[in-house]
Amino acid sequence: MKEICADEITKVVENLCVDACTKLGKDWWQAIDDAISHEESPLGKEMLQIIKENADLAASTGEAICQDTGMAVVFLELGQDVRITGGNLYDAVNEGVRRGYVKGYLRKSVVEDPLMRENTGDNTPAIIHVDIVPGSDLRIIVAPKGAGSENSSALKMLKPADGKEGVLKFVLETVEATGPNACPPMVIGVGLGGNLEKSALLAKKALLRPLGERNPIPHIAQLEEEILELVNMTGIGPQGLGGRVTALDVHIEVYPTHIASLPVAVNIQCHAARHAEAVL
Amino acid sequence: MTEIKTPLDSEVVDNLKAGDRVSLSGVILTGRDAAHKSLVEAYTAGQDLPVDLRGQVIYYVGPCPAKPGKVIGSAGPTTSTRMDPYTPLLIRELGLKGMIGKGNRSQQVIEAMKEEKAVYFLAVGGAGAYLAKRIKKAEVVAYPEFGPEAIYRLEVSDFPLIVGIDCYGRNIYEEGKKKYRRMPSNA
Ligand code: SF4
Repeated sequence: MKEICADEITKVVENLCVDACTKLGKDWWQAIDDAISHEESPLGKEMLQIIKENADLAASTGEAICQDTGMAVVFLELGQDVRITGGNLYDAVNEGVRRGYVKGYLRKSVVEDPLMRENTGDNTPAIIHVDIVPGSDLRIIVAPKGAGSENSSALKMLKPADGKEGVLKFVLETVEATGPNACPPMVIGVGLGGNLEKSALLAKKALLRPLGERNPIPHIAQLEEEILELVNMTGIGPQGLGGRVTALDVHIEVYPTHIASLPVAVNIQCHAARHAEAVL
Repeated sequence: MTEIKTPLDSEVVDNLKAGDRVSLSGVILTGRDAAHKSLVEAYTAGQDLPVDLRGQVIYYVGPCPAKPGKVIGSAGPTTSTRMDPYTPLLIRELGLKGMIGKGNRSQQVIEAMKEEKAVYFLAVGGAGAYLAKRIKKAEVVAYPEFGPEAIYRLEVSDFPLIVGIDCYGRNIYEEGKKKYRRMPSNA
Protein backbone atom coordinates (compact mmCIF):
# COMPACT_ATOMS: atom_id res chain seq x y z
CA MET A 1 0.00 0.00 0.00
CA LYS A 2 1.42 3.39 -0.97
CA GLU A 3 0.20 6.38 0.99
CA ILE A 4 -0.43 9.72 -0.67
CA CYS A 5 -1.25 12.69 1.47
CA ALA A 6 -4.32 14.77 0.53
CA ASP A 7 -2.25 17.95 0.96
CA GLU A 8 0.14 16.80 -1.72
CA ILE A 9 -2.75 16.23 -4.12
CA THR A 10 -3.99 19.76 -3.42
CA LYS A 11 -0.58 21.23 -4.14
CA VAL A 12 -0.20 19.33 -7.41
CA VAL A 13 -3.71 20.24 -8.63
CA GLU A 14 -3.04 23.89 -7.76
CA ASN A 15 0.07 23.94 -9.95
CA LEU A 16 -1.56 21.98 -12.77
CA CYS A 17 -4.43 24.50 -12.99
CA VAL A 18 -1.99 27.35 -13.51
CA ASP A 19 0.22 25.38 -15.91
CA ALA A 20 -2.70 24.21 -18.02
CA CYS A 21 -4.12 27.72 -18.39
CA THR A 22 -0.83 29.33 -19.37
CA LYS A 23 1.19 26.72 -21.28
CA LEU A 24 0.31 24.47 -24.19
CA GLY A 25 1.87 21.09 -24.94
CA LYS A 26 4.67 20.30 -27.40
CA ASP A 27 2.17 18.56 -29.68
CA TRP A 28 0.14 21.80 -29.89
CA TRP A 29 3.12 23.86 -31.07
CA GLN A 30 3.85 21.29 -33.76
CA ALA A 31 0.19 21.27 -34.85
CA ILE A 32 -0.06 25.05 -35.06
CA ASP A 33 3.11 25.26 -37.14
CA ASP A 34 1.73 22.62 -39.50
CA ALA A 35 -1.53 24.56 -39.68
CA ILE A 36 0.28 27.80 -40.55
CA SER A 37 2.14 26.11 -43.37
CA HIS A 38 -1.01 24.46 -44.76
CA GLU A 39 -3.39 27.40 -44.57
CA GLU A 40 -4.24 28.86 -47.99
CA SER A 41 -6.18 31.89 -46.84
CA PRO A 42 -3.92 34.86 -46.04
CA LEU A 43 -6.34 36.08 -43.37
CA GLY A 44 -6.56 32.56 -41.95
CA LYS A 45 -2.78 32.31 -41.83
CA GLU A 46 -2.63 35.62 -40.03
CA MET A 47 -5.18 34.40 -37.46
CA LEU A 48 -3.07 31.30 -36.81
CA GLN A 49 0.00 33.46 -36.36
CA ILE A 50 -1.82 35.63 -33.81
CA ILE A 51 -2.98 32.50 -31.99
CA LYS A 52 0.62 31.33 -31.83
CA GLU A 53 1.90 34.74 -30.74
CA ASN A 54 -0.77 34.76 -28.02
CA ALA A 55 0.32 31.35 -26.74
CA ASP A 56 3.94 32.53 -26.72
CA LEU A 57 2.99 35.62 -24.78
CA ALA A 58 0.98 33.62 -22.26
CA ALA A 59 3.83 31.18 -21.67
CA SER A 60 6.37 33.96 -21.15
CA THR A 61 4.23 36.27 -18.97
CA GLY A 62 2.09 33.75 -17.11
CA GLU A 63 -1.11 35.41 -18.36
CA ALA A 64 -3.91 33.03 -19.21
CA ILE A 65 -3.94 31.91 -22.86
CA CYS A 66 -7.67 32.63 -22.94
CA GLN A 67 -9.75 34.60 -20.43
CA ASP A 68 -12.22 31.72 -20.30
CA THR A 69 -10.18 29.53 -18.01
CA GLY A 70 -13.17 27.26 -17.93
CA MET A 71 -14.46 24.75 -15.49
CA ALA A 72 -11.59 22.61 -14.24
CA VAL A 73 -12.10 19.06 -15.50
CA VAL A 74 -9.90 16.76 -13.44
CA PHE A 75 -9.17 13.16 -14.40
CA LEU A 76 -7.72 10.95 -11.70
CA GLU A 77 -6.26 7.54 -12.47
CA LEU A 78 -6.01 6.11 -9.02
CA GLY A 79 -3.89 3.00 -8.52
CA GLN A 80 -5.77 0.41 -6.49
CA ASP A 81 -2.78 0.06 -4.16
CA VAL A 82 -2.88 3.71 -3.14
CA ARG A 83 -4.30 4.90 0.15
CA ILE A 84 -5.18 8.59 0.52
CA THR A 85 -4.32 9.94 3.95
CA GLY A 86 -5.06 13.15 5.78
CA GLY A 87 -8.29 14.07 4.05
CA ASN A 88 -10.95 13.42 1.44
CA LEU A 89 -9.82 12.99 -2.16
CA TYR A 90 -12.53 15.19 -3.72
CA ASP A 91 -12.02 17.95 -1.14
CA ALA A 92 -8.28 17.85 -1.81
CA VAL A 93 -8.84 18.32 -5.57
CA ASN A 94 -11.34 21.14 -5.09
CA GLU A 95 -9.01 22.91 -2.67
CA GLY A 96 -6.27 22.68 -5.31
CA VAL A 97 -8.56 24.19 -7.94
CA ARG A 98 -9.59 26.97 -5.54
CA ARG A 99 -5.95 27.87 -4.81
CA GLY A 100 -4.78 27.50 -8.39
CA TYR A 101 -7.42 29.84 -9.78
CA VAL A 102 -6.57 32.46 -7.15
CA LYS A 103 -2.80 32.10 -7.47
CA GLY A 104 -2.83 32.20 -11.26
CA TYR A 105 -5.26 35.15 -11.48
CA LEU A 106 -7.53 32.91 -13.50
CA ARG A 107 -11.17 33.71 -14.12
CA LYS A 108 -13.80 32.27 -11.79
CA SER A 109 -16.45 30.97 -14.17
CA VAL A 110 -18.63 28.63 -12.12
CA VAL A 111 -22.20 29.38 -10.97
CA GLU A 112 -23.69 27.45 -8.07
CA ASP A 113 -27.24 26.82 -9.24
CA PRO A 114 -27.79 26.41 -13.00
CA LEU A 115 -30.96 28.52 -12.83
CA MET A 116 -30.19 31.02 -10.05
CA ARG A 117 -26.67 31.51 -11.48
CA GLU A 118 -24.67 32.93 -8.61
CA ASN A 119 -20.90 32.74 -9.07
CA THR A 120 -19.23 30.47 -6.50
CA GLY A 121 -16.31 32.92 -6.49
CA ASP A 122 -13.49 30.37 -6.54
CA ASN A 123 -14.14 28.27 -9.65
CA THR A 124 -15.18 25.23 -7.63
CA PRO A 125 -16.51 22.67 -7.77
CA ALA A 126 -14.33 20.98 -10.35
CA ILE A 127 -15.69 18.19 -12.52
CA ILE A 128 -13.86 15.14 -11.25
CA HIS A 129 -13.63 11.76 -12.97
CA VAL A 130 -11.95 8.90 -11.13
CA ASP A 131 -10.75 5.67 -12.71
CA ILE A 132 -9.41 2.93 -10.49
CA VAL A 133 -6.43 1.32 -12.24
CA PRO A 134 -3.85 -1.33 -11.31
CA GLY A 135 -0.69 -0.19 -9.54
CA SER A 136 0.30 2.31 -6.90
CA ASP A 137 0.46 5.62 -8.79
CA LEU A 138 -1.97 8.51 -8.92
CA ARG A 139 -2.06 10.22 -12.31
CA ILE A 140 -3.74 13.62 -12.28
CA ILE A 141 -4.79 15.43 -15.46
CA VAL A 142 -6.28 18.92 -15.28
CA ALA A 143 -8.09 20.00 -18.44
CA PRO A 144 -9.77 23.42 -18.13
CA LYS A 145 -12.63 23.68 -20.60
CA GLY A 146 -14.24 26.94 -21.74
CA ALA A 147 -17.90 27.29 -22.58
CA GLY A 148 -17.58 28.52 -26.17
CA SER A 149 -16.39 25.12 -27.30
CA GLU A 150 -18.25 23.05 -24.70
CA ASN A 151 -21.55 24.68 -25.73
CA SER A 152 -20.84 23.61 -29.31
CA SER A 153 -20.69 19.95 -28.36
CA ALA A 154 -23.48 17.45 -29.02
CA LEU A 155 -24.57 13.87 -28.53
CA LYS A 156 -26.87 11.68 -30.55
CA MET A 157 -28.15 8.15 -30.14
CA LEU A 158 -27.86 6.89 -33.72
CA LYS A 159 -29.39 3.69 -35.02
CA PRO A 160 -26.97 0.84 -35.72
CA ALA A 161 -28.09 1.01 -39.37
CA ASP A 162 -26.76 4.59 -39.58
CA GLY A 163 -23.27 3.08 -39.35
CA LYS A 164 -20.10 4.88 -40.26
CA GLU A 165 -21.92 7.26 -42.63
CA GLY A 166 -24.23 8.32 -39.83
CA VAL A 167 -21.29 9.05 -37.55
CA LEU A 168 -19.55 11.08 -40.24
CA LYS A 169 -22.69 13.06 -40.95
CA PHE A 170 -23.35 13.86 -37.29
CA VAL A 171 -19.80 15.05 -36.62
CA LEU A 172 -19.92 17.28 -39.70
CA GLU A 173 -23.33 18.67 -38.74
CA THR A 174 -22.00 19.53 -35.28
CA VAL A 175 -18.94 21.27 -36.69
CA GLU A 176 -20.94 23.22 -39.28
CA ALA A 177 -23.47 24.31 -36.66
CA THR A 178 -20.79 25.76 -34.42
CA GLY A 179 -18.80 27.37 -37.24
CA PRO A 180 -16.85 30.32 -35.83
CA ASN A 181 -18.27 30.10 -32.29
CA ALA A 182 -15.82 27.56 -30.91
CA CYS A 183 -12.69 29.52 -31.87
CA PRO A 184 -11.38 27.31 -34.68
CA PRO A 185 -9.05 25.68 -35.50
CA MET A 186 -10.63 23.13 -33.21
CA VAL A 187 -9.82 19.67 -31.98
CA ILE A 188 -12.70 17.24 -32.33
CA GLY A 189 -13.16 14.56 -29.70
CA VAL A 190 -15.56 11.78 -30.62
CA GLY A 191 -16.89 9.12 -28.28
CA LEU A 192 -18.34 6.18 -30.13
CA GLY A 193 -20.27 3.35 -28.45
CA GLY A 194 -20.99 2.55 -24.83
CA ASN A 195 -24.20 4.26 -23.78
CA LEU A 196 -25.31 7.88 -23.31
CA GLU A 197 -22.89 8.91 -20.54
CA LYS A 198 -20.08 6.62 -21.63
CA SER A 199 -19.91 8.15 -25.10
CA ALA A 200 -19.78 11.67 -23.64
CA LEU A 201 -16.92 10.75 -21.34
CA LEU A 202 -15.04 9.04 -24.17
CA ALA A 203 -15.39 12.16 -26.31
CA LYS A 204 -13.89 14.28 -23.55
CA LYS A 205 -11.07 11.79 -22.97
CA ALA A 206 -10.33 11.74 -26.69
CA LEU A 207 -9.25 15.39 -26.33
CA LEU A 208 -6.43 14.38 -23.99
CA ARG A 209 -4.63 12.32 -26.63
CA PRO A 210 -1.59 14.11 -28.14
CA LEU A 211 -2.37 15.87 -31.43
CA GLY A 212 -1.21 13.89 -34.43
CA GLU A 213 -1.60 10.53 -32.70
CA ARG A 214 -4.08 8.03 -34.20
CA ASN A 215 -6.38 5.49 -32.55
CA PRO A 216 -4.59 2.09 -32.58
CA ILE A 217 -7.60 0.36 -34.23
CA PRO A 218 -6.92 0.65 -37.99
CA HIS A 219 -10.48 1.31 -39.21
CA ILE A 220 -11.05 3.88 -36.44
CA ALA A 221 -7.75 5.58 -37.31
CA GLN A 222 -8.93 5.68 -40.90
CA LEU A 223 -12.25 7.22 -39.85
CA GLU A 224 -10.34 9.90 -37.92
CA GLU A 225 -8.44 10.80 -41.07
CA GLU A 226 -11.57 10.78 -43.17
CA ILE A 227 -13.47 13.08 -40.81
CA LEU A 228 -10.47 15.42 -40.51
CA GLU A 229 -10.25 15.71 -44.26
CA LEU A 230 -13.95 16.47 -44.63
CA VAL A 231 -14.00 18.97 -41.77
CA ASN A 232 -11.13 20.79 -43.42
CA MET A 233 -13.12 21.04 -46.66
CA THR A 234 -16.00 22.91 -45.00
CA GLY A 235 -14.21 26.19 -45.59
CA ILE A 236 -14.87 27.41 -42.03
CA GLY A 237 -11.15 27.95 -41.45
CA PRO A 238 -9.21 29.65 -38.65
CA GLN A 239 -11.57 31.79 -36.53
CA GLY A 240 -14.33 30.91 -39.00
CA LEU A 241 -13.13 33.56 -41.46
CA GLY A 242 -12.69 31.05 -44.27
CA GLY A 243 -9.79 28.74 -44.96
CA ARG A 244 -8.39 25.23 -45.05
CA VAL A 245 -7.61 24.57 -41.39
CA THR A 246 -10.87 24.18 -39.50
CA ALA A 247 -9.59 21.40 -37.23
CA LEU A 248 -6.11 20.55 -35.98
CA ASP A 249 -7.12 16.95 -35.39
CA VAL A 250 -9.93 14.44 -34.86
CA HIS A 251 -9.66 11.85 -32.11
CA ILE A 252 -12.14 9.00 -31.73
CA GLU A 253 -12.37 6.72 -28.70
CA VAL A 254 -14.56 3.62 -28.84
CA TYR A 255 -16.27 1.24 -26.41
CA PRO A 256 -18.48 -1.82 -26.87
CA THR A 257 -22.16 -0.95 -27.11
CA HIS A 258 -25.63 -2.55 -27.01
CA ILE A 259 -26.88 -4.58 -30.00
CA ALA A 260 -29.53 -1.90 -30.57
CA SER A 261 -27.39 1.24 -29.98
CA LEU A 262 -24.88 3.48 -31.71
CA PRO A 263 -24.23 6.41 -29.38
CA VAL A 264 -21.98 9.16 -30.72
CA ALA A 265 -20.79 12.14 -28.72
CA VAL A 266 -18.85 15.05 -30.21
CA ASN A 267 -16.86 17.19 -27.81
CA ILE A 268 -15.55 20.27 -29.55
CA GLN A 269 -12.28 21.72 -28.26
CA CYS A 270 -11.16 25.18 -29.32
CA HIS A 271 -7.59 25.97 -30.32
CA ALA A 272 -6.81 26.60 -26.64
CA ALA A 273 -6.43 22.84 -26.14
CA ARG A 274 -5.34 23.01 -22.54
CA HIS A 275 -4.35 20.12 -20.30
CA ALA A 276 -1.53 19.42 -17.90
CA GLU A 277 -0.68 16.29 -15.94
CA ALA A 278 1.44 14.88 -13.17
CA VAL A 279 2.02 11.46 -11.63
CA LEU A 280 2.34 10.95 -7.87
CA MET B 1 -6.07 49.12 -41.92
CA THR B 2 -8.66 51.72 -40.95
CA GLU B 3 -7.96 53.67 -37.78
CA ILE B 4 -11.04 54.70 -35.89
CA LYS B 5 -11.78 56.32 -32.57
CA THR B 6 -14.74 55.93 -30.25
CA PRO B 7 -17.46 57.10 -29.86
CA LEU B 8 -18.78 56.08 -33.28
CA ASP B 9 -21.30 57.94 -35.43
CA SER B 10 -23.36 56.74 -38.39
CA GLU B 11 -20.95 58.24 -40.89
CA VAL B 12 -17.97 56.25 -39.56
CA VAL B 13 -20.05 53.09 -39.37
CA ASP B 14 -21.34 53.58 -42.89
CA ASN B 15 -17.79 53.48 -44.25
CA LEU B 16 -16.85 50.18 -42.62
CA LYS B 17 -17.21 47.11 -44.85
CA ALA B 18 -17.24 43.44 -43.84
CA GLY B 19 -13.68 42.11 -43.87
CA ASP B 20 -12.04 45.50 -43.24
CA ARG B 21 -9.18 45.50 -40.77
CA VAL B 22 -9.73 48.10 -38.10
CA SER B 23 -7.49 49.56 -35.44
CA LEU B 24 -9.69 50.97 -32.68
CA SER B 25 -8.65 53.48 -30.05
CA GLY B 26 -10.53 55.23 -27.28
CA VAL B 27 -13.02 54.20 -24.61
CA ILE B 28 -15.16 51.07 -24.89
CA LEU B 29 -17.47 49.33 -22.41
CA THR B 30 -17.61 45.65 -21.55
CA GLY B 31 -20.80 43.66 -21.14
CA ARG B 32 -21.81 40.01 -21.08
CA ASP B 33 -24.96 38.02 -20.38
CA ALA B 34 -25.70 39.30 -16.86
CA ALA B 35 -25.03 42.97 -17.68
CA HIS B 36 -27.18 42.80 -20.82
CA LYS B 37 -30.04 41.25 -18.89
CA SER B 38 -29.81 43.91 -16.17
CA LEU B 39 -29.63 46.82 -18.64
CA VAL B 40 -32.67 45.61 -20.54
CA GLU B 41 -34.61 44.96 -17.33
CA ALA B 42 -33.75 48.44 -16.00
CA TYR B 43 -34.79 50.08 -19.27
CA THR B 44 -38.05 48.13 -19.43
CA ALA B 45 -38.86 49.12 -15.85
CA GLY B 46 -38.22 52.78 -16.70
CA GLN B 47 -35.21 53.05 -14.37
CA ASP B 48 -32.03 55.10 -14.93
CA LEU B 49 -29.26 53.14 -16.59
CA PRO B 50 -25.80 53.00 -15.00
CA VAL B 51 -24.09 53.73 -18.36
CA ASP B 52 -24.91 55.82 -21.43
CA LEU B 53 -24.63 53.69 -24.56
CA ARG B 54 -25.13 56.42 -27.15
CA GLY B 55 -22.43 56.05 -29.82
CA GLN B 56 -20.67 53.47 -27.68
CA VAL B 57 -19.03 50.15 -28.46
CA ILE B 58 -19.62 47.14 -26.18
CA TYR B 59 -16.92 44.49 -25.98
CA TYR B 60 -18.31 41.07 -25.04
CA VAL B 61 -15.65 40.03 -22.58
CA GLY B 62 -15.27 38.71 -19.06
CA PRO B 63 -11.60 39.28 -18.32
CA CYS B 64 -9.28 37.41 -15.98
CA PRO B 65 -8.31 39.33 -12.81
CA ALA B 66 -5.36 41.71 -13.23
CA LYS B 67 -2.05 40.57 -11.79
CA PRO B 68 -0.28 43.07 -9.52
CA GLY B 69 1.03 45.97 -11.62
CA LYS B 70 -1.10 44.97 -14.64
CA VAL B 71 -4.12 46.80 -16.08
CA ILE B 72 -6.20 43.70 -16.73
CA GLY B 73 -5.84 39.94 -17.14
CA SER B 74 -6.41 37.93 -20.30
CA ALA B 75 -9.28 39.60 -22.20
CA GLY B 76 -10.51 38.03 -25.44
CA PRO B 77 -14.05 38.00 -26.87
CA THR B 78 -16.82 35.68 -25.76
CA THR B 79 -19.45 34.13 -28.07
CA SER B 80 -21.76 36.97 -29.15
CA THR B 81 -24.89 35.02 -29.90
CA ARG B 82 -25.81 34.78 -26.22
CA MET B 83 -26.31 38.55 -26.27
CA ASP B 84 -28.60 38.43 -29.34
CA PRO B 85 -31.92 38.49 -27.44
CA TYR B 86 -30.96 41.84 -25.83
CA THR B 87 -28.98 43.52 -28.60
CA PRO B 88 -31.75 44.92 -30.86
CA LEU B 89 -33.12 46.97 -27.94
CA LEU B 90 -29.64 48.28 -27.11
CA ILE B 91 -29.17 49.37 -30.73
CA ARG B 92 -32.66 50.76 -31.33
CA GLU B 93 -33.51 52.39 -27.99
CA LEU B 94 -30.16 53.07 -26.34
CA GLY B 95 -28.07 54.18 -29.31
CA LEU B 96 -25.41 51.44 -29.25
CA LYS B 97 -23.23 51.77 -32.38
CA GLY B 98 -20.74 48.95 -32.18
CA MET B 99 -20.13 45.49 -30.72
CA ILE B 100 -16.98 43.43 -30.40
CA GLY B 101 -17.24 39.66 -30.08
CA LYS B 102 -16.85 36.38 -31.92
CA GLY B 103 -19.25 34.17 -33.81
CA ASN B 104 -22.50 34.69 -35.69
CA ARG B 105 -25.41 37.01 -34.89
CA SER B 106 -29.16 36.51 -35.21
CA GLN B 107 -31.17 37.94 -38.10
CA GLN B 108 -32.92 40.30 -35.64
CA VAL B 109 -29.58 41.80 -34.60
CA ILE B 110 -28.55 42.24 -38.23
CA GLU B 111 -31.84 43.95 -39.07
CA ALA B 112 -31.39 46.39 -36.17
CA MET B 113 -27.79 47.05 -37.30
CA LYS B 114 -28.98 47.84 -40.83
CA GLU B 115 -31.79 50.13 -39.73
CA GLU B 116 -29.81 52.09 -37.15
CA LYS B 117 -26.34 51.86 -38.73
CA ALA B 118 -24.40 49.81 -36.22
CA VAL B 119 -21.38 47.56 -36.80
CA TYR B 120 -20.23 44.19 -35.45
CA PHE B 121 -16.48 43.75 -35.02
CA LEU B 122 -14.57 40.52 -34.44
CA ALA B 123 -11.59 40.18 -32.15
CA VAL B 124 -9.43 37.04 -32.31
CA GLY B 125 -11.11 34.43 -30.10
CA GLY B 126 -8.82 32.78 -27.59
CA ALA B 127 -6.13 35.45 -27.94
CA GLY B 128 -6.79 36.98 -24.53
CA ALA B 129 -3.17 37.64 -23.57
CA TYR B 130 -2.45 39.28 -26.95
CA LEU B 131 -5.52 41.52 -26.74
CA ALA B 132 -5.03 42.46 -23.07
CA LYS B 133 -1.72 44.09 -24.00
CA ARG B 134 -3.66 46.70 -25.99
CA ILE B 135 -5.88 47.68 -23.05
CA LYS B 136 -4.36 50.68 -21.30
CA LYS B 137 -6.84 51.33 -18.53
CA ALA B 138 -9.71 49.40 -16.95
CA GLU B 139 -12.22 50.33 -14.26
CA VAL B 140 -15.50 48.83 -13.18
CA VAL B 141 -18.36 51.30 -13.79
CA ALA B 142 -21.44 49.19 -13.10
CA TYR B 143 -22.61 45.94 -11.53
CA PRO B 144 -19.40 45.15 -9.56
CA GLU B 145 -21.34 42.33 -7.88
CA PHE B 146 -21.22 40.41 -11.18
CA GLY B 147 -17.46 39.82 -10.85
CA PRO B 148 -16.01 39.09 -14.33
CA GLU B 149 -19.43 40.00 -15.78
CA ALA B 150 -19.38 43.56 -14.40
CA ILE B 151 -19.41 46.50 -16.85
CA TYR B 152 -15.87 47.84 -17.24
CA ARG B 153 -14.80 51.05 -18.92
CA LEU B 154 -11.71 50.20 -20.98
CA GLU B 155 -9.28 52.51 -22.70
CA VAL B 156 -7.81 50.75 -25.70
CA SER B 157 -5.13 51.75 -28.12
CA ASP B 158 -4.77 50.21 -31.59
CA PHE B 159 -7.10 47.39 -30.67
CA PRO B 160 -6.98 45.00 -33.68
CA LEU B 161 -10.41 44.14 -35.11
CA ILE B 162 -12.06 42.82 -38.25
CA VAL B 163 -15.45 44.07 -39.41
CA GLY B 164 -17.54 40.90 -39.07
CA ILE B 165 -20.95 42.20 -40.15
CA ASP B 166 -21.32 45.70 -41.58
CA CYS B 167 -24.35 47.99 -41.50
CA TYR B 168 -25.42 46.66 -44.90
CA GLY B 169 -25.68 43.14 -43.50
CA ARG B 170 -22.63 41.76 -45.31
CA ASN B 171 -21.07 38.96 -43.30
CA ILE B 172 -17.39 37.98 -43.48
CA TYR B 173 -18.06 34.49 -42.08
CA GLU B 174 -20.40 33.62 -44.93
CA GLU B 175 -18.16 35.10 -47.58
CA GLY B 176 -14.97 33.50 -46.22
CA LYS B 177 -16.52 30.08 -45.86
CA LYS B 178 -17.99 30.13 -49.35
CA LYS B 179 -14.64 31.04 -50.85
CA TYR B 180 -12.77 28.11 -49.29
CA ARG B 181 -15.48 25.45 -49.30
CA ARG B 182 -14.54 22.29 -51.27
CA MET B 183 -17.05 19.75 -50.03
CA PRO B 184 -17.49 16.65 -52.20
CA SER B 185 -21.05 16.58 -53.56
CA ASN B 186 -21.99 13.38 -51.68
CA ALA B 187 -21.02 14.68 -48.20
S1 SF4 C 1 -13.86 28.71 -27.21
FE1 SF4 C 1 -11.86 28.34 -26.24
S2 SF4 C 1 -10.46 29.87 -27.08
FE2 SF4 C 1 -12.56 30.52 -27.51
S3 SF4 C 1 -13.09 31.86 -25.84
FE3 SF4 C 1 -13.83 29.84 -25.27
S4 SF4 C 1 -12.15 28.89 -24.12
FE4 SF4 C 1 -11.32 30.67 -25.17
